[in-house]
Amino acid sequence: MTDMTTKSFAKAGLPGTHTGNRGLQIEEALIFEVGSLETSGVDFEEPDAFESRLGDVERHDAIGLPGLSEPEAVRHYVRLSQKNYAIDTGIFPLGSCTMKHNPRLNEKLARLPGFGDIHPLQPQKTVQGAIELMALLSDWLTKLTGMPAVALSPKAGAHGELCGMTAIRAALEARGEADTRRVVLVPDSAHGTNPATAALLGFEVRAVAAEKDGTVRAATVRAALGHDVAAMMITNPNTCGLFEPEIAEIAAALHGAGAYLYCDGANFNAIAGKVRPGDLGVDAMHINLHKTFSTPHGGGGPGAGPVVFSQSLAPFAPLPLIRKDGDRYALVENGPAADGQLSFGRLVAFHGQMGMFVRALAYMLSFGIDGVRQASEDAVLNANYVRVGLRDAMSQPFGDRICMHEVLFDDGFLKGTGLSTLDFAKAMIDEGFHPMTVYFPLVVHGAMLIEPTESEGKQSLDQFIGALRSLARAAGQGEVERFKGAPHYAPRRRLDETRAARQPILSYTPTLNKAAE
Amino acid sequence: MADIRFTSDHEYIRVEAGIGTVGISAYAQDKLGDIVFVELPAIGTVLSKGQEAAVVESVKAASEVYAPVSGEVVEVVEVNEAIVANPELVNQDAEGNAWFLKLRIANLRELDALMPAEAYTDYLETVA
Amino acid sequence: MRYLPHTADERRQMLAAIGVPNVDALYSDVPAAFLVDEIAGLPRHQSEMAVERALGKLAARNVAAGSVPFFAGCGAYKHHVPATVDHIIQRSEFMTAYTPYQPEIAQGTLQYLFEFQTQVAALTGMEVANASMYDGSTAAAEGVLMAHRLTKRGKAVLFGNLHPHYRAVIETISRYAQYETVALSSAPNTEFVDAIDSETSCIVVQYPGVFGGARDLSGLAELAHKNGALLIVVVTEAVSFGALRSPGSMGADIVVAEGQSIGNGLNFGGPYLGLFATRQKFLRQMPGRLCGQTVDEDGRRGFVLTLSTREQHIRRDKATSNICTNSGLCSLAFTVHMTLLGEAGLRKLARLNHANAVALADRLAAVPSVEIVTPHFFNEFTIRTPKPGGEVIDALADEGVIGGVPASRLFPGEDRLNDLIIVAATEINTPADRDAYATALAKVLS
Repeated sequence: MTDMTTKSFAKAGLPGTHTGNRGLQIEEALIFEVGSLETSGVDFEEPDAFESRLGDVERHDAIGLPGLSEPEAVRHYVRLSQKNYAIDTGIFPLGSCTMKHNPRLNEKLARLPGFGDIHPLQPQKTVQGAIELMALLSDWLTKLTGMPAVALSPKAGAHGELCGMTAIRAALEARGEADTRRVVLVPDSAHGTNPATAALLGFEVRAVAAEKDGTVRAATVRAALGHDVAAMMITNPNTCGLFEPEIAEIAAALHGAGAYLYCDGANFNAIAGKVRPGDLGVDAMHINLHKTFSTPHGGGGPGAGPVVFSQSLAPFAPLPLIRKDGDRYALVENGPAADGQLSFGRLVAFHGQMGMFVRALAYMLSFGIDGVRQASEDAVLNANYVRVGLRDAMSQPFGDRICMHEVLFDDGFLKGTGLSTLDFAKAMIDEGFHPMTVYFPLVVHGAMLIEPTESEGKQSLDQFIGALRSLARAAGQGEVERFKGAPHYAPRRRLDETRAARQPILSYTPTLNKAAE
Repeated sequence: MADIRFTSDHEYIRVEAGIGTVGISAYAQDKLGDIVFVELPAIGTVLSKGQEAAVVESVKAASEVYAPVSGEVVEVVEVNEAIVANPELVNQDAEGNAWFLKLRIANLRELDALMPAEAYTDYLETVA
Repeated sequence: MRYLPHTADERRQMLAAIGVPNVDALYSDVPAAFLVDEIAGLPRHQSEMAVERALGKLAARNVAAGSVPFFAGCGAYKHHVPATVDHIIQRSEFMTAYTPYQPEIAQGTLQYLFEFQTQVAALTGMEVANASMYDGSTAAAEGVLMAHRLTKRGKAVLFGNLHPHYRAVIETISRYAQYETVALSSAPNTEFVDAIDSETSCIVVQYPGVFGGARDLSGLAELAHKNGALLIVVVTEAVSFGALRSPGSMGADIVVAEGQSIGNGLNFGGPYLGLFATRQKFLRQMPGRLCGQTVDEDGRRGFVLTLSTREQHIRRDKATSNICTNSGLCSLAFTVHMTLLGEAGLRKLARLNHANAVALADRLAAVPSVEIVTPHFFNEFTIRTPKPGGEVIDALADEGVIGGVPASRLFPGEDRLNDLIIVAATEINTPADRDAYATALAKVLS
């Protein structure tokens, strides 16, 4: 490994190092290369003598798991952490991902023993505060969306989609139309989870043409409607960062034809406190607590995707249900409930992502309704500020128009430079930024979707805009190496994804790594 | 010289003595990029036109290879295990040695609905 | 507002730069009728201190597991988590990062996922593991769908020792995705009855079962394979891997598990993490994210998300699953705790759990009229009491003891299980805790 690193230094015209490290950029081995089967970083008391009751399933063979002492383990993971970019490091403008500040207060509160150290199946009278917290969060979500019911249990956005679409199927069954209404309309600009969810539930996906800017006309929807249509799945604001101007007409058309409107709430951060999806005619919508309400993304989860329901779908919400009887809160864990519920069943074991509920409610209480509105407005303000800062340097697919909380560029400005959107994104890494979302939405060539969020101040945005203008200029002037070789200054240069996919190495294999050396 | 025909989904079928050799066109492999995985049907699989016959994946995309022959039922008589072991062969020689499977064709006249090489070249102009 | 950087003056400057008079002009795509000025009934912003006070009050109304003699399990276990684990997972670079789509600046996340996958594969005795799923129950449902894809069949046989919530999750997805499930009767010591036919794609069995019993699954694996079906083994207590033969060694085709026990707190049921492992030959049909090893342009070892063509953002309606997140930070907690334990530590931890369960079983068996129903177990077993389990557990709570989970809470309507209580013991329990339980139980039953 040392030799290769020295080589890469040499290529950059820099002296090599004995360790392969570069100052604070420290190479870190896998635990399987440094740990041992005897080492442990945890001490235990010895139990008194006892007779095993494991029966015929007692393990006698070795597992093969090396351990590290505590100081070694701490250093290992701290060094790994230093190879990551994070929202606490700088702007993280991934479009459709809403990477906003994660307040530490929320972490502190989620770790209170009264929230973090309670069991999902301990007697309900011993967890009244926890159920009340779930009720308070439900109250916020229903009021913010103008919808009467909410299911808290879905574990993430895609799981929320599954929840909402399952409720639609259950409602169709109750109407006796589950076998005839088999089609779900999905605009071709939709997020990939939408068709995946519909297909999982046995629906046939029918693509609906969007306008060039990704918005959908009510007339197009009307033309696609029939007795075979169960629902439409739509993202609003859409994946191009635009509010669907005809969404209320679309909802009315769907309802008129006996179908439902599912809304992907991934982009709720643009409109929270400003527009209530219930007013628009939405029947079900998931809310990514890890986006709009700032629970940490954690390097890819855990998330939380509660779903709000209209009156017509409310009876079909999944278990558990929250009920209040006098002063006492209850979680109804098994159906059917006494009060006419037609719940479609259970989506997860237990009650959902309590740790995320605490964090999200802490965020809501901190912001208040006035702050939630202001945050949405600042998110939209910031995206438009980035738009005008870059509009003459980069290219916009639908001309210069206002956007919601994210702004979309395409690769038109790179035409003739020999550079791609990916090259541009990788060069941003060298400038100290996380790249924006690239190549999504698919309907735009070489898409670059920037969502700054309300967490960025004007100075931060000015620096970001300045850097992107400089890169766009450099691209135009043919500074190819700045892009093609990028990133030059990250812990790793570009990684060979083809090799990873052709010969997958998915766990540590000693012989393979010996051979690689 | 064998007769080669193309579908609008970029499969080709080359016919010799009633056996059709099916693969993806050079254009398709170029569009997909580095091919990393190929899945082939079992010998003896019976396919009808438009049915999924094989899967091909690159780093960025996955797509199905459909049986290009219309109407009559066909049977897979041979598959090319070499491209399963070395998917990169598809990038190197898509319309040659890196064919996917061979079919016994029931009715040769069904090939008439597919595009000859020149027509496919013209078609590519329209989709580019 | 402490989380918003802009001053009023900066907002004005920015609006001027954009060329609009006010922020509502940026909402001009929204029909005016739908822009609301007020949402009634929601409070205004509050200081950090005020929020802490409000939520602190709610937290104080719950009985924390660590504050009482505590014996509840059934898929969520109270274990001691070393302080180091929480320190690591709260590092900004882990906690506030996104899914590692830009691998050059996400090697930290990717390398620990690679380590995690390796650990999970070793623990389960399988060849490949993914980067985690939402939780054990959703992983189990994904396992069933995967078995349907692999066998091209559509019927899952669910063993009677499967956690009823897991069964319900599998049944929900199966019903709406138009697959069949056959749930066998629930009881603490079910026999391996033959409900398998040529339509069966998989048998789902829990190990140890929800009542705590653990038994050799080799015969069941053979039975499944003989019928062309797959064996899916569900593990809800990951510490058991340290004491029990691995599911892989008994012939499992897919192993799904709840990983909460290692590194993660109870959290009232979530967030947790699903472990998912299978055989190499089934890799292409495995759901979820995968991290793989490769090299960078300079030939240095690095890691990337790989085989992503199986996923929804590329395959859309043909994806192996609609899931797009894993349970990143929970899997980090798992892997840090696992690394601290190592093989030696995990075995000691598992032994201590079993020892405490044996001691508790002996202690409770000495309480008049209490019967231990499960002869073999790891750290959880079932007792029969002369009074309904729900009443007993409620009365125990009044005595300051969380004594387990009454079967009636998990199996409503199954009256024959009403006198059963499922009791878990872990390394946290002291002799004094066991004494307190036995004393309170004797009082409640007298």
